[in-house]
Amino acid sequence: MKQIWIITKKELKGYFDSLMAYILIVVFLGLSGFFTWLYGNNDVFYINRATMQPFFGIAYWTLFIFIPALTMKQIAEEFKTGTIELLLTKPVSDWQVVSGKFLATFLLIAISLALTLPYYISIANIGPIDHGSVLTGYLGLLLMSAAYISLGIFASSITSNQIVAFLLALIIGIFFQILFGIISRAFPGMIGDTLSYLDMQYHYRSITRGVIDSKNIIYFASIILGGLMASELSLVKRNIN
Amino acid sequence: MDIHVKNITKTYGTQKALDDLSFKVKTGEILGFLGPNGAGKTTTMKAITCYTTPNGGDITLGGKSVHDAPDEVKKNIGYLPENNPLYLDMTIMDYLNFIGELQGVSKSNIKVQVEKMIRICGLDLEKHKKVGELSKGYKQRVGLAQALIHDPEVLILDEPTTGLDPNQIIEIRKLIKEIGREKTVILSSHILAEVEATCDRVLIINKGKIVADGTPESLRKEAQGTELLKVGISIMDRNEAYKALSNIDEVAMVSFVDDNSCIFEVESHVGKSSIESIFKMCVSKGWFITQLTPIEKNLEDVFRELTQGR
Repeated sequence: MKQIWIITKKELKGYFDSLMAYILIVVFLGLSGFFTWLYGNNDVFYINRATMQPFFGIAYWTLFIFIPALTMKQIAEEFKTGTIELLLTKPVSDWQVVSGKFLATFLLIAISLALTLPYYISIANIGPIDHGSVLTGYLGLLLMSAAYISLGIFASSITSNQIVAFLLALIIGIFFQILFGIISRAFPGMIGDTLSYLDMQYHYRSITRGVIDSKNIIYFASIILGGLMASELSLVKRNIN
Repeated sequence: MDIHVKNITKTYGTQKALDDLSFKVKTGEILGFLGPNGAGKTTTMKAITCYTTPNGGDITLGGKSVHDAPDEVKKNIGYLPENNPLYLDMTIMDYLNFIGELQGVSKSNIKVQVEKMIRICGLDLEKHKKVGELSKGYKQRVGLAQALIHDPEVLILDEPTTGLDPNQIIEIRKLIKEIGREKTVILSSHILAEVEATCDRVLIINKGKIVADGTPESLRKEAQGTELLKVGISIMDRNEAYKALSNIDEVAMVSFVDDNSCIFEVESHVGKSSIESIFKMCVSKGWFITQLTPIEKNLEDVFRELTQGR
């Protein structure tokens, strides 16, 4: 655990040293703020209800685009510069490296989400807000971010080219984001059900509505663990070729 | 801490990088690892540092195996990988702190260790700069500093002096020798002079196999089979001198060094010396000797002999 935290600290510091973190936070707050408060036909004032739903809707998409940009260099760059050898010949396991990097990106996302709490406070002051659904909304965003971070790190671990890692993460992500949902409508029965279970929006919506089922948790947990384990495997793979 | 490499084999695809390689290194020994490119030097080092797992065989460090206790093994090793990879966007201080923490240097000790490394490696003026802004020589020093930060029992250096200027090379060699008194050091190089200057023992490998093992002196002696002399005679007709030299009993072969001068390379028969006879011959003919020097084979020749044409 100590080793994971050392790597997390270093990665997190790297985000803040390289402006990456500030750009993410500014653009994320700007975009989500614009769509929550100002954008004509779906903002809080237009709906005329004290609700965070517009924010959760936009955050869902902004994070989807931002996360691959954050994870793309995580392992790809280590391969490119050879520092992976430096890191793995220190007393850390492959798993600790992967989970340390995962945790760093997750914490960065958590920090930027924490900075949107003023939205919540403002809306809560305007009118009666459903506190429970805000809580589950944030929970949904965190789970969804964790899932995409894990997939992004996996994409970064199979190439030494950051752009390839970015695009790959987006392509894998778009399947979970919308494609599974769309395709599932074309198939009846078993296949359709399976595909719609894979659709992230289905789980995200159910959580943001405040309905947290064990199948939602299993869904997110298996994507997160699956992605991290696949990344670990591609580190172990160095022994084979 | 002793390193014991037992019959390791490593294949990349169809290519055998290491072929049943075994050797031992004792504490206080500086082992020089020589070999042409692609001989398996780096692969061996990667196997000892647990970066790659060999297909067969075992490596133990102080009795601990790389298969069973990789973390224990890694803790005792300071490693400078080939091409010295570094995190370029960290400052030297941050970087050394990070590596120190990873290597398990205690919180109370880490500041002292980082300061010490910065002093030893001469990085004091640069310590707040980012690693990426440093020149190659300074980067190399940072690489050495991170390898030494936790005071490891075993030091593994893959081509430690590449990119350094002559002064720095001498400094680094001195540092390695100092460390090598109490610790176990393995260093690879293809600069033979470096190995001769720093190592107690040389291991030459080629195509994944050990082809020579011994002190630099013993290897040189081994290669010194026959006496080889450079003879210069001041005479108008060099063919006459050639004939006279060839006629001496002890001489096996005479050859011209170049096309015009009267300088010859004279090889004697095994176990015999022809210096005296050459001198007597010249005296009797009244020729003037301009030079008569033994050609000593150096490690370079040993290396070439052992690794070429096999």
